[in-house]
Amino acid sequence: MIAFFEALFNPSMPFVRNALVAGLLSSVLFGILGTVVTVKRIAGLAGAISHAVLGGIGMALYLSATNILPNLPPIAGAIVFAVLAALIIGIVSMKARQREDTVINAIWAIGMSIGVLFMAKTPGYTDPSSYLFGNILLISTRDLALLGILDVVVVLLVWRFYPQLEATSFDNEFAQVKGLSTNAVFLILLIVTAIAVVLLQTFVGIVMVIAMLTLPAGTAGFSAKNMIGMMVLAWLYSSLFSVGGLVAGWNFDLPVGAMVVVLAGAVFLSFSFFRLLKTRRKKSLQPPEQSPGEANA
Amino acid sequence: MPTGYASHHPDKPFVLRFDHVQFSYGQVPVLEAASFHIHEGEFVALVGPNGAGKTTVLKLVLGLAQPNGGSITLFGSSPRIGRDRIGYVPQHADYDPTFPISVEEVVRMGRIRPFMRSYSSKDYDAVHSALQTMELSDLAKRPYHALSGGQRRRVLVARALSASPDMLVLDEPTSNMDADSERRLFAALGALKGKTTVLIVTHDTGFVSSLTDRVLCVGDVGPSRIGRTIVQHRIEPTKDAPAQLFGGDALKVLHDSSLDDDCCCPPGGAE
Repeated sequence: MIAFFEALFNPSMPFVRNALVAGLLSSVLFGILGTVVTVKRIAGLAGAISHAVLGGIGMALYLSATNILPNLPPIAGAIVFAVLAALIIGIVSMKARQREDTVINAIWAIGMSIGVLFMAKTPGYTDPSSYLFGNILLISTRDLALLGILDVVVVLLVWRFYPQLEATSFDNEFAQVKGLSTNAVFLILLIVTAIAVVLLQTFVGIVMVIAMLTLPAGTAGFSAKNMIGMMVLAWLYSSLFSVGGLVAGWNFDLPVGAMVVVLAGAVFLSFSFFRLLKTRRKKSLQPPEQSPGEANA
Repeated sequence: MPTGYASHHPDKPFVLRFDHVQFSYGQVPVLEAASFHIHEGEFVALVGPNGAGKTTVLKLVLGLAQPNGGSITLFGSSPRIGRDRIGYVPQHADYDPTFPISVEEVVRMGRIRPFMRSYSSKDYDAVHSALQTMELSDLAKRPYHALSGGQRRRVLVARALSASPDMLVLDEPTSNMDADSERRLFAALGALKGKTTVLIVTHDTGFVSSLTDRVLCVGDVGPSRIGRTIVQHRIEPTKDAPAQLFGGDALKVLHDSSLDDDCCCPPGGAE
């Protein structure tokens, strides 16, 4: 613990501060977008988008290394792929009810494969694992600035459109009858999530972004009274897991991204376990009778 | 000779009119030459067995699906415009029990407008009066998922009523509902009768609530025997209905009788 704080204030180790700031800035997105992804049950869609991002990273690395587009940052390719994946997945899920999951899984796999193929052809050695599992050493000041901007954008969007977000998440058909552009809300949400996934993968990596978009929100869901409460609580949990994972990872010399996810997963599973025990105890104390109309409701 | 109407308002303007509506899902025909109309203030039951196309009719009324042929008029315009005056009570069977939301917040949704930022005190007044109408004021702060199935359905009716709609559309409101909730629901609908047009969709093809003015049935095959069409049946008071149904007296649907669509008023009249 002390070693971490010494490193934090050591001027020769700016990356430790960057990692802490990245964790805290990421937590805002994990909390807010994670809540929406969880209550709208589109974690699978977000998972496909996040994995497809590897294709964009690989392509950008290749174009940059072969001097076709010199100095093209991997993040640019990642954003293009993420937004494309979001649009394809969004339109497929709105239009085609059948084979929706097949298309989503195809995007997931094709995106990753394109990444691997480009990386194989990129001159020099490219290690995909830092993109897959995150690497706090890679977080730049530019990444932090972008995360900060996206935090502000997401908070403003939620502040401005909370009623629409709540209504379309709870009952999309009713919202549509009330004249809301439910498709527009859905597509904007997917695109914002796609961009967020790209920025968030610097902290926890492509593979584990989806875990941080669902576990803190899921944990918050056990006690939150409404969506806004769930967002705030999920943000607090994310901050806790991020800082905790960073400190633990630093102290035990372990990958930070994986540490954060293990912490978030352990807390979520403990909450689930205690909830299960509580419901069981409640059921065993209650007589089993229920009115016939409510039994199946 | 009985007219088949408990009470009827042919003098009142049309609220909804289907004129030879045709609809198919891809290659599968669902509706064929479906024509019916509903007058202002009427209480109409749309009945039919499962899979007959009731949900399709509902989607067409609400502008969630577009007909392949014929025309639909709702409050003098297309369903997409006219639906603004509808209070819709869905089945909401696929609802997520882990969704964190209170009863009051669900009802508040009935007041939503496409680009509003927050709900006003006027919105909250309407919410509280709708909760009162449905006898739910005590449960306003409770989590929605903690309610019984019947109570949740009444919350959805309150949500629809909070916008003071001119027409209420209810999709299978009594499925999985306990007797007490059913009684309260029909008491509330009884208070609205005559003032608000009501279209209630149900798969119970034998009996309808005694509040019902007219019964429309989806299910008979259409003229070319491909899709289904909609016919109007006579109804008569009965003592055979199961007890506790509809919270009061029920009417029996006479399936062997059918009334012409224009039997209540001259073709094209009462517009």
